Amino acid sequence: MAETVNAHETHGDDPSRRDFIHIAAMATGAVGVAAVAWPFIDQMNPSADTLALASIEQDIGKVAPGQQLVVKWRGKPVFVRHRTPAEIAASVKDDHADMRDPATDASRTKPGKQEWLIVIGVCTHLGCVPNFGTGDYGGWFCPCHGSVYDTAGRIRKGPAPRNLELPSYEFTGPTKVKIG
Amino acid sequence: MSGHSKYEPKTGFERWLDVRLPIVRMAYDTAIDFPTPKNLNYWWTFGGILAVCLVIQIVTGVVLAMHYVANAGLAFNSVEHIMRDVNHGWMIRYIHANGASMFFLAVYVHIARGLYYGSYKAPREILWLLGCVIYLLMMATAFMGYVLPWGQMSYYGAVVITNLFSAFDNVIPGVGTAITTWLWGGFAVDNATLNRFFSLHYLLPFMIAGVVGLHIWALHVPGNNNPVGVDVKSKEDTVPFHPYYTVKDGFAILVFLLLFSWFVFFAPEALGHADNQVMANPLATPSHIVPEWYFLPFYAILRAVPDKLFGVLGMFGAIAMLFALPWLDTSKVRSMRYRPTARWFFFLFIAATLGLGWCGGKLPDDVVIPIGRDAVTGDPTGFTVVMLSRVLAVYYFAYFIAVLPLLGLFEKTLPVPDTISTPVLPKGGAAMLSGATASPEKKG
Repeated sequence: MAETVNAHETHGDDPSRRDFIHIAAMATGAVGVAAVAWPFIDQMNPSADTLALASIEQDIGKVAPGQQLVVKWRGKPVFVRHRTPAEIAASVKDDHADMRDPATDASRTKPGKQEWLIVIGVCTHLGCVPNFGTGDYGGWFCPCHGSVYDTAGRIRKGPAPRNLELPSYEFTGPTKVKIG
Repeated sequence: MSGHSKYEPKTGFERWLDVRLPIVRMAYDTAIDFPTPKNLNYWWTFGGILAVCLVIQIVTGVVLAMHYVANAGLAFNSVEHIMRDVNHGWMIRYIHANGASMFFLAVYVHIARGLYYGSYKAPREILWLLGCVIYLLMMATAFMGYVLPWGQMSYYGAVVITNLFSAFDNVIPGVGTAITTWLWGGFAVDNATLNRFFSLHYLLPFMIAGVVGLHIWALHVPGNNNPVGVDVKSKEDTVPFHPYYTVKDGFAILVFLLLFSWFVFFAPEALGHADNQVMANPLATPSHIVPEWYFLPFYAILRAVPDKLFGVLGMFGAIAMLFALPWLDTSKVRSMRYRPTARWFFFLFIAATLGLGWCGGKLPDDVVIPIGRDAVTGDPTGFTVVMLSRVLAVYYFAYFIAVLPLLGLFEKTLPVPDTISTPVLPKGGAAMLSGATASPEKKG
């Protein structure tokens, strides 16, 4: 019975005012939880020393035509491929073939440095390292799930969605390249 | 079935404890006096076997962690140190490594038993869902544990599985890459990845143990399903868990441990891969990457789909099917003993899953049924592994989203007995039966 009596009295029990306090308290609490949670989530992102290893310089003068050099950059392999004129010609010929991720051969190399193809050696499917010089197009063949790349690193067959990625790089000398 | 407790504290200490923390009462009610259907067959012993597997994995794992070093430069050698130098280290590691396989073997039998006897149906949906959660946690734990030795297969297993999340780049560009970078703690699988995997590999088994507690709790509310699939109607349908099922489970556990020991002592590397004896090399992938056998069916589904995103969705969807199962099967009859048509679809499902596992271990372009020869190379061509995977994957999904929902509506089932006792007794004489099993455990 006591409740019935109290319900008729309004000792400052303005419902909208009470709702406001509840919502404000919950919102503040949510912000607090997010502020505490974020450092615990973000600690898993790359640490400062990992980010600091951003670029490397490499002398590629000893790579003969038809060979590739594999260098490690940011923990991943980078393929530096010295392409033969035949490989370049085969790749240019296919520029307008039906491809999943269309790109011209010229767009995959630096102007005047068409013999050097520099790509990140990580299959765009699930991250394995494709094998050099194998597969139907003489480029790379990924042993994990059978993706086939041509001599410009373009995806031609298999499950990978994109061409082999191009790292940012520049030639600092005739045979010197800076990756990253 | 969780009725009135029959526990009577016998000593002064038990009486004192019982009114403060009735833990002995709880143990008595769950493991001694728990009324259990009297017709459980050996397929029901795998729950107990799984509990033993979990304990073995935790005990051996804690010991291995005393000698293992979670560092990309040292991990591989620390595992060799365990194998060569630590006293009995080789045995403890082989128990742990093969224990994972035995754990999955048992869990697959346990799941298949649930599928066949309809153990996921009302009122056991939560029990089933908790089991699915345990299975997911087991997969995460096993995957991360396999990375720890930091061999080539470890490394590329981690690369491939974490890269599954990069498929989200196809939905919102950049999101997948952000997730993989976050998972790795870098731009590739590296030391940071190994460290966090070790931390989580140590944590997850205890989470599994927690969910197992909930699983058993959810089991003890409706009680066990049974091979007939009808509810327990009276006390005559049940026997106390102890000694009947402690002994039956105990015998099954011993037989299972024989198989376990055979692997540990006579074929410890039979389920492993030679490439994992080579230290992880981020610059060269082994020529043939396969996951552990217990992931092969899902791996085959992943490869069966030519699109990356849909391949990943298919793989996770295959597990999601298990979660949705209680609401997909429309049949009122639990046990497939009385569903002659469903039974054949079930056996086909098991065959399809095993077939997918076989496909997962082969190269996608391997030829299963040769039809002709390649004009240039002379290699056989025809029906390939990837094509077979597609057929089997379609059936795998169809079983859940077409067969079980529709069959329940149209199937002509066999007459289901009224009680658990009816099938074995021509006249269902409950009185006679109660005499046959009248508490022999109390006869001394």
